[in-house]
Amino acid sequence: MIPANFDYESPRTLSEALDLLASREDAKVLAGGHSLLPAMKLRLAQPAMLVDIGRIGGLSYIKEFADGIAIGTTTTHAEVAASEALLRNSPLLALAAAQIGDIQVRNRGTIGGSLAQAHPAADYPAAVLALDAEIVAHSRSGERVIPAAQFFTGMFSTALRNDEILTEVRISRTTGEGVTYKKFHHPASGYAVVGVAVRLKFSGSNIDSAAVGITGVADLAYRASAVEIALRGKPVSAIADAAARAANGVDIIGDYFASAEYRQHLVTVMTRRALEEAAASRRK
Amino acid sequence: MTRNVAITVNGTERRASVEPRLLLVHFLRENAGLTGTHIGCETSLCGACTVLMDGRAVKSCTVLAVQADGRQVTTVEGLASGDQLHPIQEGFWEEHGLQCGFCTPGMIMCSHDLLGHNSNPSDGEIREALNGNICRCTGYQNIVAAVKNAARKMSKPIAARAGAR
Amino acid sequence: MATPAKAPGRPSKANGKGAWVGRRLKRKEDPRLIRGISHYTDDFKLAGMVYCAFARSPHAHADIKSINTDAAKGTPGVIGVFTAQDTTSIGPVPCAIQMPGLKVPRHPVLAEGRVRYVGEPVAVVVAEDLYVARDAAEKVEVEYEPLPVVTDMEKALSNDTAYVHDEFKSNQAFTHTLKNGNLEAAFKKADKVVKQRMINQRLCPLAMEPRAVIAEYLPGENRLTVWSSTQIPHLLKTQISLLVGLPETSVRVIAPEVGGGFGSKLNVYSEEGVVPWLSMKVGRPVKWNEGRRENFMATIHGRDTINDVELALKKDGTILGMRSRVLADMGAYHQLLTPLIPQLTALMHAGCYKIPAIQIDIIGVFTNKMSTDAYRGAGRPEATYNVERIMDIAARELEMDPAQFRLKNFPKSKEFPYTTITGLTYDSAKYQESLAKALKLSGYDSLRKRQKSARKNGKYYGIGVSTYVEICAIGPSAATPAGGWESATVRIEPTGKVTLLTGASPHGQGEETTFAQLIADELGLVPDDINVVHGDTAVVPYGLGTYGSRATAVGGSAAYMATQKLKAKMATLAAHLLESKPSDIVFGRRSLSTKSGKKKSLSFGDVVTAAYTAHKIPAGFEPGLEATHFFEPSNFTFPFGAHIASVEVDAETGEVKIDKYVAVDDCGNVINPMLVAGQIHGGLAQGIGQAMWEELIYNEDGQLVTGTLMDYTMPKAHFFPEFVLDHTVTPSPVNPMGVKGVGEAGTIASTPCMVNAVCDALSPLGIRHIDMPLKPERVWRAIRQAESAPPKAESEESPKKQSKKGTAGRRRP
Repeated sequence: MIPANFDYESPRTLSEALDLLASREDAKVLAGGHSLLPAMKLRLAQPAMLVDIGRIGGLSYIKEFADGIAIGTTTTHAEVAASEALLRNSPLLALAAAQIGDIQVRNRGTIGGSLAQAHPAADYPAAVLALDAEIVAHSRSGERVIPAAQFFTGMFSTALRNDEILTEVRISRTTGEGVTYKKFHHPASGYAVVGVAVRLKFSGSNIDSAAVGITGVADLAYRASAVEIALRGKPVSAIADAAARAANGVDIIGDYFASAEYRQHLVTVMTRRALEEAAASRRK
Repeated sequence: MTRNVAITVNGTERRASVEPRLLLVHFLRENAGLTGTHIGCETSLCGACTVLMDGRAVKSCTVLAVQADGRQVTTVEGLASGDQLHPIQEGFWEEHGLQCGFCTPGMIMCSHDLLGHNSNPSDGEIREALNGNICRCTGYQNIVAAVKNAARKMSKPIAARAGAR
Repeated sequence: MATPAKAPGRPSKANGKGAWVGRRLKRKEDPRLIRGISHYTDDFKLAGMVYCAFARSPHAHADIKSINTDAAKGTPGVIGVFTAQDTTSIGPVPCAIQMPGLKVPRHPVLAEGRVRYVGEPVAVVVAEDLYVARDAAEKVEVEYEPLPVVTDMEKALSNDTAYVHDEFKSNQAFTHTLKNGNLEAAFKKADKVVKQRMINQRLCPLAMEPRAVIAEYLPGENRLTVWSSTQIPHLLKTQISLLVGLPETSVRVIAPEVGGGFGSKLNVYSEEGVVPWLSMKVGRPVKWNEGRRENFMATIHGRDTINDVELALKKDGTILGMRSRVLADMGAYHQLLTPLIPQLTALMHAGCYKIPAIQIDIIGVFTNKMSTDAYRGAGRPEATYNVERIMDIAARELEMDPAQFRLKNFPKSKEFPYTTITGLTYDSAKYQESLAKALKLSGYDSLRKRQKSARKNGKYYGIGVSTYVEICAIGPSAATPAGGWESATVRIEPTGKVTLLTGASPHGQGEETTFAQLIADELGLVPDDINVVHGDTAVVPYGLGTYGSRATAVGGSAAYMATQKLKAKMATLAAHLLESKPSDIVFGRRSLSTKSGKKKSLSFGDVVTAAYTAHKIPAGFEPGLEATHFFEPSNFTFPFGAHIASVEVDAETGEVKIDKYVAVDDCGNVINPMLVAGQIHGGLAQGIGQAMWEELIYNEDGQLVTGTLMDYTMPKAHFFPEFVLDHTVTPSPVNPMGVKGVGEAGTIASTPCMVNAVCDALSPLGIRHIDMPLKPERVWRAIRQAESAPPKAESEESPKKQSKKGTAGRRRP
């Protein structure tokens, strides 16, 4: 339970970091270390070099701008969970962050690190999908904005290139929407057996549109589009039927805690409950 | 390849040349010669290695010593002022919040983080806050009582003198 | 219980308690622990110390074709790499159990040509640095040829199986039958027979401190000192001497601060042979500390039995007879007590009930897994689970309230000492009183009302009752493998301070405090005057250690008896100085005085000084104040109690929420109620942990798939409600303090209590049993199955006496 040896650099600027990353094929970015270091201790990951971006100034922030809110890559889960700006204007990420791991993990783990790792049961992916977030990556050739829907490409795999560093997450405000993150915790690991992030926009008493991001159920987090379609323009009473489609077309994973069959059932229950909670939160 | 680090541990700067892979917990135990920070799982789940880094609870088995370079680390040994125990330590003693004592330093340091942000937590809040710390002996009930005991003491002004540095 | 005739009484007592015994005294051991300045084994650093790490088998069953250690040896900083070829001089890992027909396989410290479980040590690397040792261990190249793997006990006993040990031509390690009474007649005349198959799953003891060993050998002095995280320093000393071939007089074992054991450190492990041998081999102190993954794979596991239980009943609820068949998974090898554990299950199979006839058949089975052995409760939780589950099922089948059913079958308190059908003599008990107290404390009637209204609202609310008796204070020597006594030396130092050397080896239980309390009361001192020393074989007389809820009842009794010897001696001296008779001397607060005539006194210190200066002593008086007692208990003790839990089941997800947990326990007289409550709390968490979450799973390939804290659910703080505790006090007559033991009670009672509660909640669906752990998917599946198919009848009406009432129907509440 000790990592294999590696080279280590802790650049002070982003451009230095990008140069280092480009210089070595086998280099990895280290942020808070709470996704990467456990894997390295189990020797599931053995990068030859770590580029620690933790000492680069200006990468930890939560900023409001005209179209929404931007979160810097090294912003910790604890900072996201406690952010007034987020809780007031777009609480979904904060609600998800509050349910990640434990105090210690939230104090160290970063939003960029978690997204870049793309753990299939991590909490943020469901939320960024539901928010249609933009994920910003930098490389020596400049900035690239990746829509959340295109960011996750598989288990532990993302659209990030080896020479890119995830620098920022941009989300829109969800004022007036019903928003929630509902999670069925794995009792040992704390990861999501099922995690459901929901945004409901209303027009009058009907649901105008729904965005449902789901994690823990498949190799990668996904948008439950069948649920969303079934809710469009429908009253709240349509939630139960819609939620039953939460796993439509999804290749469900199973493990010793929750088989695929159980997860399939659980995701419909949790989706229904999340939708109901989101609807209720908006009415408040 | 080794790197030079200077980590301030309980107010004293510790300098060492370390392998980048050296975990902070091993730095504290082997380089700084401290014994209070324990290794219980190595997978950042048991919380026995919890210390404060720049005032916030972290699991020192999941922080590299090089990441802690230049930072302030407080371990359980750094809480008491001379003979004066920290109120959280007193709480654990008075409420029998420990048996074998192995998880205790981590419990105390995590409680320190909690009470820094919530001076009067409910039972439920304490239990949730400690979900990254595992104890096999106590069934947690007296740990919850210990944290409440400490919260009561720390809300009184007199306790401030023994507060965290 | 005899106390030395000459020992004077204690100082003044209030309410039958001493000045210190019975008080919630803060622990003496805590200041060092809460400051983080105490020393567990891994906290020691010796000059010149080197580190070792083991290369372990990734296969459950395989032949070792070759081992290449070149790469490991070539790693800078590596001092040596050793395999079974090098360690032939180290004796096998010991098993202390002897019984007729028991197959004891050779258990080498490093695998010899074949590996039999995942995690079995194959090679060991010694290096200057911990990181280098672990790096190099990964570089040991072993070529394996996998063999068929045996994981399923029932298949292991069939003809279609491989053998874990070829030489036995069978995977059956032993069979053991305990029978008494006319069982055939009992079942023949029964109105009702209930049957249930129950799995008692494999568990990880998971002491928070993993094991650790440091050994230092000094050839000039021929002295080997071993620090080990153990519950049994003296037994380990003897075994290390046998393992490495040094005279026992050359071996010293120190159990420093030990971070929990729960039975997992009541053992002698291969590493405890290899590390001392390495220190002799490389001429340097050697440290090994176990990683948590190693702890999961290669420290003993608990439980793992398959149980078929049958109960014969009269329709009024009277128990007529009980029959159980228990398959017990030994794992691949026997550790120290492996085959003993299921025999305790057999012994305790009568529970706290009058059962006229019984038969328990135990079959020990070898599989390609880590050994099982003593884990908190050790055989008794398995017995209690079988008994309390089948009682609950019986009550339900007879449509009786589970509490009333139990009350009907308890022996009455005037029947104690009560001899059970399994041949044990229960010392003392008031089962009725205990259950009545629990019913009242839980508000049982209102819980039932709440259940009724919950059911009307479509909710599943359940109440579990469990009563238990356990066997503690292990134990009379004739009934234990290594003897069951305990030692104590009490030494009153010249300054009047007292040193107690106890053979008990506490690792969280707090005996530094409780033993000081009891001695303080005897001598008229305060607990701070008494220093309790344990865990060092060079300092403490031979003792057996801490396990089996024995430390206070046996070790405490030894301390008490040694103190009586000193009191008698001090009284003799005081009488001489005061020109009185020893029988006229009483102990007061730091004083000894005459009780008749004109009161004359000496201070405690004066008498101590007189004993050491020996200027004025009676003829034949031995100077000094030191006494040793080896206490041999005349019987076990049998603590008991009643627990009640209520739960709510989310029928959609299968999640169980614990609403309330009430425990009424009786451990006899209490020395420190705060510490007793702590033991109960911890036991409850472990017992509920088994019922609800904990589970070591080996897959068909013998891979441990829940072998990290990511997968193995250790209960956390937010899993539990606040436990509500109370107790009754029924002193034990078998030791001078009337104590019984409390270390395992919570674990034993709580497991069936939780399962009873969940099954009670789901009873409207016709669900009568779900195997542990009651994780959400299991519960959900049981509900789904109940809703889609009629319940499988596992009980049978006696053909001659058909009951008019059917079994509980299947319906949504």
